[in-house]
Parts: sequence; structure tokens; C-alpha cells
Amino acid sequence: MMYNSRNIIIGLIIFVGIFTFPFVLGAGKANEAPKLSLDTPKINELIKKEPIETVEFMRNNHMQLLSDWKVAVVRDGNRVYVSQKDGQEYDMSLQNTCLDCHSNKEQFCDACHTYAEVEPNCWDCHVAPEVIR
Amino acid sequence: MGLNFSLLIVAALILAVFLGVEALGLSFLFGVIIPYLALATFIIGFILKVVKWAKAPVPFRITTTSGQQKSLPWIKDNKIDNPATTSWTMVRMALEVLFFRSLFKNTKAEMVDGKKLTYQWEKWLWLAGLVFHWSFLIVVVRHLRLFLEPVPAFVTLIGKVDGFFMVDLQNFYITGVLLLAAVTFLFIRRVLIPQVRYISLAADYFPLFVLMGIATTGILMKYFYRVDVVSIKELTVGLFSFNPVIPEGVSVLFYIHLFLVCTLISYLPFSKLMHMGGIFLSPTRNMPNNSRAERHINPWNYPVKVHTYAEYEDEFRDKMRAAGLPLDRDGAEDEAAATKE
Repeated sequence: MMYNSRNIIIGLIIFVGIFTFPFVLGAGKANEAPKLSLDTPKINELIKKEPIETVEFMRNNHMQLLSDWKVAVVRDGNRVYVSQKDGQEYDMSLQNTCLDCHSNKEQFCDACHTYAEVEPNCWDCHVAPEVIR
Repeated sequence: MGLNFSLLIVAALILAVFLGVEALGLSFLFGVIIPYLALATFIIGFILKVVKWAKAPVPFRITTTSGQQKSLPWIKDNKIDNPATTSWTMVRMALEVLFFRSLFKNTKAEMVDGKKLTYQWEKWLWLAGLVFHWSFLIVVVRHLRLFLEPVPAFVTLIGKVDGFFMVDLQNFYITGVLLLAAVTFLFIRRVLIPQVRYISLAADYFPLFVLMGIATTGILMKYFYRVDVVSIKELTVGLFSFNPVIPEGVSVLFYIHLFLVCTLISYLPFSKLMHMGGIFLSPTRNMPNNSRAERHINPWNYPVKVHTYAEYEDEFRDKMRAAGLPLDRDGAEDEAAATKE
């Protein structure tokens, strides 16, 4: 037999409610990670559609890469990036290198950033590609 | 002893996930089955523990009183520290749960010059405890951004406030670091103060190491060894929508993080961490102190066979009267009533 069973049951209902509400909101919903669009004029022209490093590396480390580029360019004045993948040289520039091919910010950058609720501060200084067009 | 044992267990757990995922490819076990089992253990274990506690009777009002009790109307009573009604008890409970009020009053006894006993207000345990609990809560709420799609607005808001400062290109979450700092402080305190160390057992160190492991792996994933957040979110959203998937490219660091969280929540109902529910069931805190205003009957009282004085007099009336003893009722009216009929 429980004492104060009314209060105990109310408390337990609140407990279960708090810890299962992500299931209530999420249950049965379709789960699809965003597919990145590579459909831009520049990429369509390329024969070998590969980023400057491996796709896996870019997925995990693009933010670190951009951060390193910022430090290299702004502090050290070094604008040349040598790819670890094939030794090819690239100009360290968000607007002139990355966005040159990935000109579809909304379908490329924003797709994942919105999904994962990330707001990088790139566009505080850089001009988003839409504005150029 | 307890310290090394706990450290060894946590290291073994981490190694088990590492080998399990990297060498044996058991990502479905560690990514889907164990999380579901852990959550079920947590919720069912928690309920059973609370029900078990609720079955224990509390025979007396054992409220802790640290203020003037409610008595005569012209004596000012302390409504929070000596609550006489349910609503004031709830106020005191809320302050206890949200701000650890009783820990705030913590004092430390110390001998000065070997002969003078002094008491000092000991606020660091309270402060570190408060920082730890609030940071942990905010960190958990922030994680909802990885559990739900679309992300609820309040989660976004909390993430923005918490990530007010930016490091490089991204938000720097203050609570993540505060959480690790506070847990580390609580651990160091336990080891450095001899009296506290003397009473510390494996059950005290183990949760601290698990929490340190969780916070460390989280911080590593966020700021140092980058992981693919999108595929991790695909995994977690899958769990919460009951469509579990194991996407490609999820880092082993994430599996370690997740497994330590599973360890923590499945261990919770069977450990001291159950103070999460226990605080609400503390008889010294959840009862109004109204034993002078209301009669409380011991719940395990059984009917006692009593022999009242009236019954005793009925039994021995004739003898008592013959011996000249005073009687409450001399029985004459009863006899008169009987003869009248």
C-alpha cells in the first residue's frame, strides 16, 4: 500500500512526462538527414566532383579548416593551402574558393546548419553568395 | 580503494565501447539497443524506487524546523523555515530543489590553535553543487537540438544565451565548461579533505568519473576532435522517432559519450543519484509542521483492546459501593429506570 498515493502518482506522471516528451514530439516522424545539393553551374562543369580534401574529412572538419584558414590568412598572410589528399594548391578563401563551386548556400551550407541548429558567424563579415548575384 | 576501483570501471567501460565499435562493429548494440535499454531501466527503476519509498509509513511529523513555529496570532512565525501549511511547505521545497537552501547554511567546524573550536560558513560545496546541477540541466536541455527535428524554440533560445560567447567561428557553450569544472571541484574536494575522503566510497567516486567522462567526451567532440554532427543527429532523431538508424561516419567518441550517458541513467535508480526523486520524498522537508493544530494518527496503529474507567466501574460497581468508594455514576438511576418500565 502506498501512502499519499495521489501526490506520488502526480509526481510520477510529471517525471515520466518530462523524460519521454522528446518521444512524444518525435515518435513516428520521418527521419531524414539533409542531402547536400551539388547542383551548381561550376560543379556541373567539373569532371571529377571532389572537394579539396576527402568528403569525410570535410564533413567532420570543415569548420576547423575554415578557422585555420582564417588564422593563416589574417595573422600569417599565407594564402596558399596544400591539400593533404593530393598535394594540389588552393587559394585560402571562403568566397573565391569554397563558394566559387558551392554557390548554393541555401542548399549546401544552410541545409545542415539548420538541421543541426548551428549558426556560424561566417556571414557577419563575408558576403553571402545570393547577394553577389 | 574506492577511487581506483571506480576509475578502473569507467576506463573499462570506455575501452569496451571502443573495442566493441571499432573492432567488432557493434554500433547497433551501442547506438540503439543499449540506449533504449538504459532509458527503460531509468524510467522503470525510478518509478519502482519511488513506489517502494511511498510504501514506507512516516509515523510522526519529523519536519526540520529552523524558525519560529506557528502558534499564537501575536507571535510572528517563520513561514518558510517552519511551514505550517502545504503551500508554504511547497515554497520551502521549491527553494530547496532550485537553490539547495539547506546546503547554503552548511558550516564547517575547525579547531584554531588546537584548542578553540570555530564554525565557519562553508559555501564552496553549495556553490559548486549549484553550478553543477544548473549547468547539467541547461546542457541536457541544449541537447534537445540534436534530438528533435524541428528544434523547439526554447531550445534555440537557451542555446543562444548559453553560447553568447564565440570562439573562432562557433558558439562557445559556457555551461559545458562550468559543468566539467564543478564536477572536478567536487572530486578534488572529496580527495583533499581528509574527513570527506575517509567517508568516500566507490559509489561516491563512480558517478563523478562517469560525469567527467561525459563532459570530457562532449567537449572533445565540440571543440577538438570534430565529428559529423549531421549523422549523429540522424542517429538520435532516429532513436526518438522509433525509427532507429546507424548512419555512416559516426565517430567512436560519440559512442563513448552515449554509452557513458546510458551508464549514468541506468545506474541512477540504484544509487545515491536517486536523490533526484528522493528530495521530494524527504519526510523532514515535505511535511508541514502542524502537529499542534491537527491530529496525526500513526498509520501503522492497529485497534488496541482498551478497558475504559466507565467499563471498569460498571464491572465492579457493587463491590465499590460496598467498600464506600466514590462512584462517577452510582447506578441508582439505571435501576430506577429499569423498575419504571
